[in-house]
Amino acid sequence: MRIAVPKELNSLEQRVAASPASVEKLIKLGFEIDIESGAGAEANFTDQAFKDAGASVTQDQATLYKNADILIKVLAPTEQEISLINSGTTLISFIWPAQNPDLLKTLSEKSINVLAMDSIPRISRAQKMDALSSMANIAGYRAVVEAAHHFGRFLTGQITAAGKVPPAKVLVIGAGVAGLAAIGAAKSMGAIVTAFDTRPVVKEQVESMGGQFLTVEITEDGSGTGGYAKEMSQEFIDAEMALFREQAADVDIVITTALIPGRPAPKLWLADMVETMKEGSVIVDLAGEQGGNCDLTQANEVVVAHGVTIIGYTNLPSRLPTQASTLYAQNLVHLLTDLTPEKDGVININMEDEVIRGATVTKDGEISWPPPAPTLTAAPAAAPAAKVEEVVKPEPKKTSGAQIALYWLIAGAALLWLGKVAPQEFVAHFTVFVLAIFIGWQVIWNVSHSLHTPLMSVTNAISGIIVVGALLQISIEDNTVVTILAAVSVLVATINIAGGFMVTQRMLKMFRK
Amino acid sequence: MTGMITMAYLLAAIMFILSLSGLSSQETAKRGNYYGIAGMILAIGATIASSSVQAYGLIAGAMAVGAVIGLILAQRVEMTSMPELVAMLHSFVGLAAVLIGWGGFIAPPEGIAGVEAVIHNTEIYLGIFIGAITFSGSLVAFAKLKGLVSGNPLTLPARHWLNAIALLASIIMLVIYAKDGHSDTAFNLLMIMTIISLLLGIHLVAAIGGADMPVVVSMLNSYSGWAAAATGFMLGNDLLIVTGALVGSSGAILSLIMCRGMNRSFISVIMGGFGTSGGEVVEGDDGPQGDPLSMTHEDVADELDMAESVIIVPGYGMAVAHAQQVVSELTEILRKKGKTVRFGIHPVAGRLPGHMNVLLAEANVPYDIVLEMDELNDDFPETDVALVIGANDTVNPDAVEKPSSPIAGMPVLEVWKAKRCVVMKRSMASGYAGVANPLFFKENSRMLFGDAKDSVQDIIKHLP
Repeated sequence: MRIAVPKELNSLEQRVAASPASVEKLIKLGFEIDIESGAGAEANFTDQAFKDAGASVTQDQATLYKNADILIKVLAPTEQEISLINSGTTLISFIWPAQNPDLLKTLSEKSINVLAMDSIPRISRAQKMDALSSMANIAGYRAVVEAAHHFGRFLTGQITAAGKVPPAKVLVIGAGVAGLAAIGAAKSMGAIVTAFDTRPVVKEQVESMGGQFLTVEITEDGSGTGGYAKEMSQEFIDAEMALFREQAADVDIVITTALIPGRPAPKLWLADMVETMKEGSVIVDLAGEQGGNCDLTQANEVVVAHGVTIIGYTNLPSRLPTQASTLYAQNLVHLLTDLTPEKDGVININMEDEVIRGATVTKDGEISWPPPAPTLTAAPAAAPAAKVEEVVKPEPKKTSGAQIALYWLIAGAALLWLGKVAPQEFVAHFTVFVLAIFIGWQVIWNVSHSLHTPLMSVTNAISGIIVVGALLQISIEDNTVVTILAAVSVLVATINIAGGFMVTQRMLKMFRK
Repeated sequence: MTGMITMAYLLAAIMFILSLSGLSSQETAKRGNYYGIAGMILAIGATIASSSVQAYGLIAGAMAVGAVIGLILAQRVEMTSMPELVAMLHSFVGLAAVLIGWGGFIAPPEGIAGVEAVIHNTEIYLGIFIGAITFSGSLVAFAKLKGLVSGNPLTLPARHWLNAIALLASIIMLVIYAKDGHSDTAFNLLMIMTIISLLLGIHLVAAIGGADMPVVVSMLNSYSGWAAAATGFMLGNDLLIVTGALVGSSGAILSLIMCRGMNRSFISVIMGGFGTSGGEVVEGDDGPQGDPLSMTHEDVADELDMAESVIIVPGYGMAVAHAQQVVSELTEILRKKGKTVRFGIHPVAGRLPGHMNVLLAEANVPYDIVLEMDELNDDFPETDVALVIGANDTVNPDAVEKPSSPIAGMPVLEVWKAKRCVVMKRSMASGYAGVANPLFFKENSRMLFGDAKDSVQDIIKHLP
């Protein structure tokens, strides 16, 4: 089948749905790839690079659409684009079906099969194709870069000859993928990072990224299904606001990433908090598209209010076009891999597959959205989150003092009995034997683990000492059988001695520091 | 003269002890080996110098031939074949013990009677018994390691009964034999016992699976020591007793360490048949495992290039593929780029205790970056890439996460805690324990299928 990759029409969109690397992988799956000329220009992928990867490049958009069996895009198609798509074509892109019911209707009426990248269920198996996560990661990183760009100071603290520079303080609200990426990026630039989230389970993740987790006094778990947050009680929100007001005077940069699926973004950073902030502070609002977490945010604009710069870009991933395109293209490759189990270049929209079912929003002229609820979430969904399987550890066996005494009594009695019946010579040998075992026991425990093989070969060589026994026998006169047996013993024991020491020597020479 | 010889033996015994204690660290290990050689020369020299040894020509001939064969073997052996060589050498000690025992039977010392005779007969009997088990057992171990016979455990029906009957019969015959050590009956008894113990040795080792080979080899090492000690008792030679006891306890400790590494009792290993009692491969029952994700060599090279810290976990697969040289090359390149590269060695990795260390040393990997499991197991969460080369059971998360797993409780290298875990493997087959490995399905795991050596070479090619 032929996959077409058009140039995105939206002027703010710099991403493209394929990279030369992804083209190579898609060709391996059996597809033919057709790229619109200049589609990758803003992501720094030239037409030539795509051609080298094995794609063909088409100048005319109409031709591109006409020949396509599968269309992969970043943004949902505009009306103009939809008019070009043949019916029966499969479209894979962001769709946001909840926000765009009309679009869904138009697409299904035209009998276009649509897989929405934003509707892929967020279960473990589908993480490799989760474009929301990969884009959120980029958005979080870019948010810090934007903030640093508009912030008049270093993010890191320094002690210079000209004086001391304090590190910037960054507050991240909402520790989802974007929030965590922002924490990591800000931390690695040297800032002091604190983070807030209504879900207590993310505390560990925040701390693992080097951030400090802020808490309110009220305990209420804000974990919703699917790894998202839910709306909180009024009491909690009040406590939250009080915390933010307290923080506002202190922090230099605020990055808000709070989103609740299917609702306008919660207003968390109110106008009075902006007023409290220091001159020159920066707010980056990642929820700009859904109305913003900050009262004063304007989508796609940078505004200055009360001396505070408020950034409301909604296309943060697109502002890192090469990276975003690479990852998005990779997500698509993973999805298409699952769609073509035979690797023969023919897709099979298997509605039995939970991931494909979730992503498919229209099929054969019918709307198949919303899908049935996912059965598994990446994070434990419901209340029994703390259900940790208890590993049964066997109690270490304790030997009581009485038992030990008993062992010694038995051993002592046995030895005394042996001493009574055995001849003197045997007793002497036995003494030597037991003492030697104890010495061996003490010495060997000290042998370093890495030297176990040399230990084995050296003990092997030493056990060739049995040659002494054979040597004593070999000279017994008038008994050819014994002499022959002893001679063979000498021979094999010597192989042992020579071979054992030699190979040990070889091995030990190899160990170097 | 006898006094001097005894003192020479004492010196030799001390040198052997120093030899073993020298192996406690890399710095003193070579000196330890020299002590061993010196002790051996001293012991043999003193014995030959003693008045009872006359047949110099024969001794010189036999020793010269033996030494040449030994040296050639030791020179030629590849480090990957060390387990085979060690097993074969064990069989020689066993053979010598059997022959010397028979020699002792045919030419008994004069003028012993009563309790002394009983003890002497018991010593002969035990020397042959242990020697024969060591001999035939080592040969089977050798054949298994060399791949001449299948590495799968041979599980005869009622095998525990067979062993018990063999043991019981040997004990009964011992009682009869000890009382009367010189009649024709005694000869027959000794002959039957030799055959039984040879069969017992074969059966014991044949019942043990390939993954338990490190335990078997160290167990045979221990037996060869006890055989030497029994011979020492028979001949009334303290040096043999001391040395035999040293070797015997050394092998026993090694077996113990190996068993602890697998969290299994010594008895259960010896009884054999692991991985077959539970029969079928245990499927994961904790939800969809899906397909393991694979990765290209290029991607692995990229990951390694971006990583700051890397832990390589080698297993028997690395030895099979002879990949140690290329792994060493990869290590060198990564270290030159300023990355922290370490090796994590599981106690039972490979087919011989310490096998991996020897292979890596052969490939010139500095020993101070080759660490034991316990030394770096806590470091995985801070590690960027864990590279698993041909290891399987020793990195199975089920051992810690699933109490119902057959390998539950076995200490494992927790590679899945690294940020990225790349598993090099030839196929999706299970390891020796026959247990499925959920590591392959972990979110941060990626598979790299193919021969370990070729894979590593490819990665090196793609490293910028």
